Amino acid sequence: MSSPGWRSGVLARARPLTPTARSLVFTVEDWPGNEAGQHVDIRLTAPDGYQAVRSYSLASAGFGAGSADQPELELVVDRLPDGEVSPFLVDELEVGDTVELRGPLGRWFVWTPQQTRPVQLIAGGSGVVPFVAMARAHAGAEGAAPMRLLYSLRSPADAFYRDELSSPTASVDTTWHYTRAVPAEWPRSAGRLTADDLARETLPASARPLIFICGPTGFVETVARAMIELGHADDDIRTERFGGI
Amino acid sequence: MAVFGGRRREENPDLPPGQHLTDGFPVLSAGPTPRIDEEDWAFVIQTETGVTHRWSWAELLALPSEDITVDIHCVTSWSKLGTGWRGVSLDTLFADVETSLEFVMVHSYGGYTTNLPLEEILDGKAWVVYEFDGESLDPEHGGPARLLVPHLYFWKSAKWVRGIVMQDDDEPGFWEENGYHLHGDPWREERYA
Ligand SMILES: Cc1cc2nc3c(=O)[nH]c(=O)nc-3n(C[C@H](O)[C@H](O)[C@H](O)COP(=O)(O)OP(=O)(O)OC[C@H]3O[C@@H](n4cnc5c(N)ncnc54)[C@H](O)[C@@H]3O)c2cc1C
Repeated sequence: MSSPGWRSGVLARARPLTPTARSLVFTVEDWPGNEAGQHVDIRLTAPDGYQAVRSYSLASAGFGAGSADQPELELVVDRLPDGEVSPFLVDELEVGDTVELRGPLGRWFVWTPQQTRPVQLIAGGSGVVPFVAMARAHAGAEGAAPMRLLYSLRSPADAFYRDELSSPTASVDTTWHYTRAVPAEWPRSAGRLTADDLARETLPASARPLIFICGPTGFVETVARAMIELGHADDDIRTERFGGI
Repeated sequence: MAVFGGRRREENPDLPPGQHLTDGFPVLSAGPTPRIDEEDWAFVIQTETGVTHRWSWAELLALPSEDITVDIHCVTSWSKLGTGWRGVSLDTLFADVETSLEFVMVHSYGGYTTNLPLEEILDGKAWVVYEFDGESLDPEHGGPARLLVPHLYFWKSAKWVRGIVMQDDDEPGFWEENGYHLHGDPWREERYA
């Protein structure tokens, strides 16, 4: 077994998704494609050789919007105001610039069309990124079991891919939950996800769903514990922690 | 072209390549955090002859313990220097274990596994620890007890440890089957297979 090395990725397109987050599409020569849910490491090098590495989930599956000949991958980076790497990727990296990428990484937090069980995805903030890839893979897979997404976010302005996730033709069924500010006429008030919310808004244990939880570490811990209390088995829950508290 | 400045951190000879320092204690695990009562807890070592050595929680605490101060390195690229632990050396636990096999599979509550060569956990290289920073170990960080193998990436330091089974070959454990390196030496950057 050889270590997968670093590949060059050239920023092909970029667009802001929210005031703090930016979608970045890279073309990567020899990119082997990826499964939905995997991530890459990005390495940045300063002129004096100093390097920083961070992990980012892939919002794309397969070869992204590209092809086997011209593979692409998509990331979404949310800016942490005091961060070292994310402000650079969100505010500074320009189309045509090159970064180093390693991956695809992770073979556990993945959804493939071969999975036949119903799927419940639960995202906190930018934790929705790997689920966008799963929703895209799901849309391309005929006859796959139902996929639901519960997306917890601060306010309506913080939504990534609202149109894609809430389109009537979307193959994933998305429920939105707001923790700080809700849209006009929204039936619920803003607040953190509670066990009651999870009981109401997610597939019940009796449906034996496969559950994926992704977001800041604290969010993942709280939600995973609540799902176990709702009767789901440990083995049915897969988690990805982005860091932070 | 955008030029990455980076936040110049001090050159630190204790940091393996590609690692950065953290003051926090991030959590990385594949699933939810299992909660295990100390009364239900036990640690076993099982050999090829089927012999099982078993310690209850009280028996573990009664064994000679050591204070360990070590640097830890997570594969997701954070390192924490000078962390303080308390626990029992695997040399103590293996004192009466007879085996001719050279590899182990470590098992955890919650189903996690990780593989190691036996020689990498003996001779003062690994412990079953139950205190961090003078406090009992939080479930998030592997409590009631976890393995501590500080010279390898931290996924080898299995949280919620429940036992060790001797094995013939270096069969991969959980993360090792899911793309991580079979061995995991941070100084050689053995991150991914
Ligand atoms: C498997 C994996 C996938 C990830 N996928 C994504 C993704 O798709 N999009 C994305 O934007 N980020 C993702 N992250 C987080 C990302 O790797 C970085 O941690 C994040 O961009 C911050 O890096 P930074 O250099 O800007 O901040 P740093 O300089 O590393 O940290 C600045 C401060 O923020 C805190 N902090 C670090 N990470 C977080 C966090 N996630 N939440 C809150 N506080 C934090 C630190 O403790 C520190 O105090 C992922 C992380 C992992 C492990």
